Amino acid sequence: MNLSPLHFCLLFSSGLFCIGLIGALSRRNAILVLLGIELMLNAANLNFIAFWRFSPNPENGHGILFVVFSIAVAAAEAAVGLALVISIYRHQKNIRLPEATRLKG
Amino acid sequence: MNTAPLILIALTTLATAAVAMAGRNLIHSALLLVASWAGIAAFYLWAAAEFVAFAQILIYVGGVSMVVLFAVLLTRNSRAELAISTDSFSRAIAALLAGGAVFGILVGAILRTPLTGSTRSPAAFNVRTLGLELMGTHAAALLIIGIILTVALLGAVVLAAPEPPEDAP
Repeated sequence: MNLSPLHFCLLFSSGLFCIGLIGALSRRNAILVLLGIELMLNAANLNFIAFWRFSPNPENGHGILFVVFSIAVAAAEAAVGLALVISIYRHQKNIRLPEATRLKG
Repeated sequence: MNTAPLILIALTTLATAAVAMAGRNLIHSALLLVASWAGIAAFYLWAAAEFVAFAQILIYVGGVSMVVLFAVLLTRNSRAELAISTDSFSRAIAALLAGGAVFGILVGAILRTPLTGSTRSPAAFNVRTLGLELMGTHAAALLIIGIILTVALLGAVVLAAPEPPEDAP
């Protein structure tokens, strides 16, 4: 079986995505769940770059442009997520997600 | 194209990410994820996407990691709280099953797809072209992303700000 570099890139990004997925599903700490989601976002960016690098015409740079915008959205998401974590902590004095069952109060 | 650096980068990144997700100490997890994000930046460098690599280092290794560390330190009750209590066993098994199934499907699909991939050098696309593209064709998208960032950061400040006492004037 002959694997091209693109195969390796895709395997790398799917491994990273699944580590993030398992982390986000299994942990109860809100910060670790957020970090798992960040890993999944990074895996998606990795795929954009891999397909851009091995595309027939990389001169147009669509992959790079998409990743630049995606990183900006991911940064906004991280800031809002961690603000939510601090807000949860203020209400229930810990950040364990199974205990965060109330929306208000 | 040489795949040896790619495999090295991939193994380092995956190992640090896995240890960070499985760890018991939040600070250790956050610091290991910094290494993982740096590995992803190394992958971008390998793929000749220099601008994205430096953006990744600036935003993730520099910015998001600091925000995460501040969140960890602001939301702990005591020193012992940093060591997270053991998560439930059945939950971990279910997550492993779900993640393993997704990974199996992805790997099966990737290995059965004949991907040749052109190896043309993207040297024609440098930072100058990227800047011209961002300011020309994609200027509207750049403005919208700026508005999204402003609104999201203002929202984060409002969410995290302490509530004023009830009897405030």
